[in-house]
Amino acid sequence: MKSVLILGATSDVGKALAHEYAGNGYELYLGGRNTEDISPICNDLKIKHEVSATAYTFDAMKVETHDQLISSLPSFPDVVICVFGYLGDQEKAQENWDVANQIIETNYTGAASILERFAKSMEQNKSGSIVGISSVAGERGRQSNYFYGSAKAGFTAYLSGLRNRLFHSNVNVLTVKPGFIDTKMTEGMDLPKPLTASPQQVAKAIYKAERKGKATIYVLGMWRLIMYIIKSIPEFIFKRLKL
Amino acid sequence: MTKISGWGNYPIIETKEASFDRAKEVINLIKSKDSFIARGNARSYGDSALYSNTISSQRYNRMLAFNEDEGIFTCEAGVLFSEILDVVVPKGWFLPVTPGTKFITVGGAIASDIHGKNHHKEGSFSQHLMQFELACADGTVKTCSREENSDLFEATCGGMGLTGVILTATFKLKAIETAYINQTQTKAKNLDEIIDLFQQHEAVTYSMAWIDCLKGGKQFGRSILITGEHATKDELSQKQAKAPLHLPEKKKLNIPFNFPSFALNEFSIKAFNALYYAKNIRRVSSSVIPYEPFFYPLDAILNWNRMYGKKGFVQYQFVLPLETSKKGLTDILERIRKKGLGSFLAVLKLFGEQEDLISFPMKGFTLALDFPIKKGLFEFLDELDKVVVSYGGRIYLTKDARMDAKVFWETYPHIDKFVDIVKKYNPQGKFTSLQSQRLLIK
Repeated sequence: MKSVLILGATSDVGKALAHEYAGNGYELYLGGRNTEDISPICNDLKIKHEVSATAYTFDAMKVETHDQLISSLPSFPDVVICVFGYLGDQEKAQENWDVANQIIETNYTGAASILERFAKSMEQNKSGSIVGISSVAGERGRQSNYFYGSAKAGFTAYLSGLRNRLFHSNVNVLTVKPGFIDTKMTEGMDLPKPLTASPQQVAKAIYKAERKGKATIYVLGMWRLIMYIIKSIPEFIFKRLKL
Repeated sequence: MTKISGWGNYPIIETKEASFDRAKEVINLIKSKDSFIARGNARSYGDSALYSNTISSQRYNRMLAFNEDEGIFTCEAGVLFSEILDVVVPKGWFLPVTPGTKFITVGGAIASDIHGKNHHKEGSFSQHLMQFELACADGTVKTCSREENSDLFEATCGGMGLTGVILTATFKLKAIETAYINQTQTKAKNLDEIIDLFQQHEAVTYSMAWIDCLKGGKQFGRSILITGEHATKDELSQKQAKAPLHLPEKKKLNIPFNFPSFALNEFSIKAFNALYYAKNIRRVSSSVIPYEPFFYPLDAILNWNRMYGKKGFVQYQFVLPLETSKKGLTDILERIRKKGLGSFLAVLKLFGEQEDLISFPMKGFTLALDFPIKKGLFEFLDELDKVVVSYGGRIYLTKDARMDAKVFWETYPHIDKFVDIVKKYNPQGKFTSLQSQRLLIK
């Protein structure tokens, strides 16, 4: 039976991904900071899909524990998905470096640290698949969230480099840039409906793209166009905008 | 701020909606917010899950345990009946009680103490409920059953969310051999006949009737009684018997927008009823059908509530004691017919005994009617309320959006005890809805 490791399993997209892979017969390893919060998700998956699902402690910020996670898994996963992220508060981050640092370490350092370890083994095994959920926010820095954006930009670059390296070892790396998602993180925000995907939509798109061995996807096609426009605005204009 | 309403699309209000997917988030919300009401999938019709602050259980929706040998099921409050059916039916189990839609949450089922076509034999949902966990106003989580914290258990079943936020629930399922129902439809010429038919069919597990509210004269109260039992394996056709616990896939219709309010009027409803009645040519006809069209005929049309237009509608469901049922039904149906305020869907059902703190059912006939919102409707419903009260009946809170507090206090016999328990556990009115304010439950 194939297995998938989902890091950030208590997030809405993490949960939706778990159901998507469980529905396709995968055994599930679910990582998150608090296994107590993951265990009801495991029960739910077992009851609905009759697959095995187990919770593992994983903290992106504690890079020193990352090797331990890998050794605690019963088998090496076929697919590793990095779905955790930390939006943080840009204004607070500007005032307090600890907040800024947490945004950078969670979204970039933590993600690169854990994936790098899996990448090594997959490179040796010449099989496997890696998925990183990055963000459209990483396409161009904006004043409203440039800590988050720059960390995600770094993560996107990391994934593209990793893809380049692992291509020769038959390992695919998929970068996902979902745009707005209707989740806990965006609750109360007034998001434009046509640009907002549901966690289930995101999960389905990821599963399909991962199976097909795609490189980069935007979940809703409209985002590709929007980001193209945002990237095309000349800097001398862009810097004056309130974005 | 988000605009929300119940299934009747009346009233529509603005709310600040929060959601939770962990018990500790509920506790935090309880500690931080002034007052709010918990909200599930918003299938109650009126204003019972409406307030300026609401907390949605929709993300709190994990299945926690399913004992396939004994049919005992535990889940979080936001799990939908439809999701439970998908899991348990293939294993030979069914919901112990279900209303006419499967798109309700378990939390809502408890708060409304829902009933179904089997009430006369198997009671309401609370009769099959073993226990639940309740997040209370003081920030504690209490386990409630008929033995433990029994006062909270009783006041929460049918208590419309006023005792706390339901977290998880454990209930008993019912064993089935197949996913099919052996259904019988019987025509009744008039009200007398349908009332007799119900009583003759009391031994059958499921029963309800469609009644034509607009027909006068000799055919006054003409109806179709629909009864059913879970089909056994040998009652299935060859094709059905290949996978007795699995239903064939079906596509759903959707009503994507509100119909103009004139679409449903006295004439179109009369025409519909005439067609529906005529469709059943034989007096008695039987067939083995999947459970879905039997229990959830309207779920096949998503958003059927939009048929009533932008202004919305009120569903009026009352129950009358058995002794006064015939007289009372005649009186009320006659008033509706004269007013020409007919209802597209009128459902008649005979309840069995139930003597719970605040639950709606009692032994007798219950009638549920839809009324599109229009001028003069509320005055007319106030008039009907008086008639219901005079026959010793009462009105279902889950459907209600407009009843006067006086009517409520007069017709629910244990209201004082219920309010005492609510006061004891919810002294600051932390859990408040527009309905509870209107009905002066505080």
